[in-house]
Amino acid sequence: MAQEMRATIHESLERKLNVLTDIVFYAGSVAIALLAGGLVMLVAGVSPIEAYKLIWDGAVGDANGFKETLVKATPLLFAGLCYTFAYRCGLFNIGAEGQLYVGALAGTVAALYVPGLPWYVHLPVCILAGCAGGAIWAGIAGFLKVGRGASEIINTIMLNYVAIYLVSYMVTGPMKEPGGTLPQTARLPDSALLGKLFDSRLHYGFLLAVAAAILLYFILHRTVWGYEIRAVGLNKQAAKVMGIPVNRNVLLVMMLSGAIAGIGGYAEIAGVQNRLFQNFSPGFGYDGIAVALVGGAHPLGNIGSAILFGGLRSGANAMQRMTGTSTSLVYVIQATIIILVVCNRYWFGGLKKRIIASLTARVVGRRSDARPEENVAVVLGIGEREGRS
Amino acid sequence: MNEEVVVSFLAAAIRLSVPLLLAGIGILFMSRSGILNIGMEGMVLMGALAGVVGAHYYGSMEAGLLASVLAGAFIGLVFAFLVVTTGADQVVIGTAINLLGLGLTTVFGRSLLGMGQEAVQAEGIPVIPIPILADIPYVGEALFHQNLLAYASFLLVPAAALLFYKTNWGLQVRAVGEHPLAADTLGIRVHKTRYACCVIGGMLAGIAGCSLSLGILNQFTENMAAGRGFIALSAVIFGKWTPGGTMAASLLFGGADALQLRFQSFGIQIPYQFMLMFPYLLTMIALAWFSGKGKQPAATAVPYKSLSNRSE
Repeated sequence: MAQEMRATIHESLERKLNVLTDIVFYAGSVAIALLAGGLVMLVAGVSPIEAYKLIWDGAVGDANGFKETLVKATPLLFAGLCYTFAYRCGLFNIGAEGQLYVGALAGTVAALYVPGLPWYVHLPVCILAGCAGGAIWAGIAGFLKVGRGASEIINTIMLNYVAIYLVSYMVTGPMKEPGGTLPQTARLPDSALLGKLFDSRLHYGFLLAVAAAILLYFILHRTVWGYEIRAVGLNKQAAKVMGIPVNRNVLLVMMLSGAIAGIGGYAEIAGVQNRLFQNFSPGFGYDGIAVALVGGAHPLGNIGSAILFGGLRSGANAMQRMTGTSTSLVYVIQATIIILVVCNRYWFGGLKKRIIASLTARVVGRRSDARPEENVAVVLGIGEREGRS
Repeated sequence: MNEEVVVSFLAAAIRLSVPLLLAGIGILFMSRSGILNIGMEGMVLMGALAGVVGAHYYGSMEAGLLASVLAGAFIGLVFAFLVVTTGADQVVIGTAINLLGLGLTTVFGRSLLGMGQEAVQAEGIPVIPIPILADIPYVGEALFHQNLLAYASFLLVPAAALLFYKTNWGLQVRAVGEHPLAADTLGIRVHKTRYACCVIGGMLAGIAGCSLSLGILNQFTENMAAGRGFIALSAVIFGKWTPGGTMAASLLFGGADALQLRFQSFGIQIPYQFMLMFPYLLTMIALAWFSGKGKQPAATAVPYKSLSNRSE
């Protein structure tokens, strides 16, 4: 009995330390990536210290900067969640970019061509249309995967370009603002726009994104369906043997994943831009991959990493205005973070194992000498909640 | 349309298919050894920038070409280290390479070459009419009035086919892509083969970039690959993972691009966006069509841990 208890304590502690060391290593990866970005600035002839100061001031220096950070974090969070959700089911949805575009397109259609509704009907209809657009777009890839065994990786990439050209066609052709000269739609009616928070550019889309993160967390970690999804993600074969409908889950997860990105696309239009135009997303969909990876592919972790990358983006805008260094520097930092996080196990796997082993031994050894085992369980908070599988 | 228009269309179709073909053969090398490279876009951009930087700072297009090849080889090596040695996910690393390529080339493009109207113009790759053949009416003008890289890229196709299907090394590459474990037990060095394919693929990506910057525009512009890395991937898939098929698909997609430009300038009413979608849609159809028929190398995107290193 005591032995079993000790084993459980050991396991739970190990799990906690695992999360803790992950956080430390992720933070380290971000720090190294910032150094790499600094090196690039140095070579490009800009003082990294000054540039980072500008980025910092721009991102969190004052209330307005921080609000702008959250504005930028909103589409990133939607895109990150889109990637995360599919990833947990063992799918690679590289198509958040296209799903953002189609979601924005579908939402804009509902906003412009379904007139005369009060906002509390019109806005939900538009958001649902955005959802449906994204879901259908990702669903195409899901359907081809399930039905034809075609790689969802390739198809989602291809669909990105199709979506971007589709929106480009719509805003230069059928949906172009009547009488306007620019390739953009008319302004959305007020009843379809997302309200602003604190009299700033920040809009309710950010709260929607956070709500989506929490909802996804509950679906993935607190429901039977979420358990099924994670089981398929960990081992498709085993899941099938257990009687989990793999194909149905793959299709549903792709569609829901696309739906999340679809709302993100519409939120960017209805919250920030107020009208649909070509290339409204500077690659938010691809940034979502970095957001998801740094967020540990955990819905709640995505919130933090989306704010981090949102800050980098809004700060980099400030830097570009002041120094002329391109905001594309952010891509270098993002890419470095992705590479470090993905190769985390290779670089730090052994080190991590050793640290965890020695810490576990120390804590369990000391505590169990001093107190009865039951108390140790209380001290360590075992039984509070299940850990991630 | 008169003959002149047709000839100029054919010439443009070939010119525009050259970067696709070079990048496609590069992807083919990696694919055949079991590596999915969705980072081609970033690699092409780096090659494009290196070409102009080399040509500008050393004053000759040969230096530019060499710089492109070296930059491509380097990024291919880095890619190989990340996906082969560390076994990281190839899709994610590919995405990172794209971001890295876009970020680095934009920042350094601005600081080294300037931007907009003041951007540096470099010596381009010379157009060399082939004697006799170039004098053939119509066809000669379209096919044999191309630059050096165009001829080289089309010669690369039979060379790659010979390499893959008639040499021992080609057999090894294909074995590694289909069943690395079996190849390993036969004494083929899986990792070494994949490294070699990545470096070759990277070099070809660099040349592809050079064929865009020095071959077409004579300068570097931001994000000038404009999706061509992905179209090259499409060409490989649509070409069923063979050199000849890749060439045919590159010509088709290059032709669509050339047609699209002409539609725009003639004001023809088919929206050009639909022409631009064409390669991507065709790839999706092809992928759905082939799937299950075993065209894609079986070990694509699966990291391999060599037998001698499995002591965990």
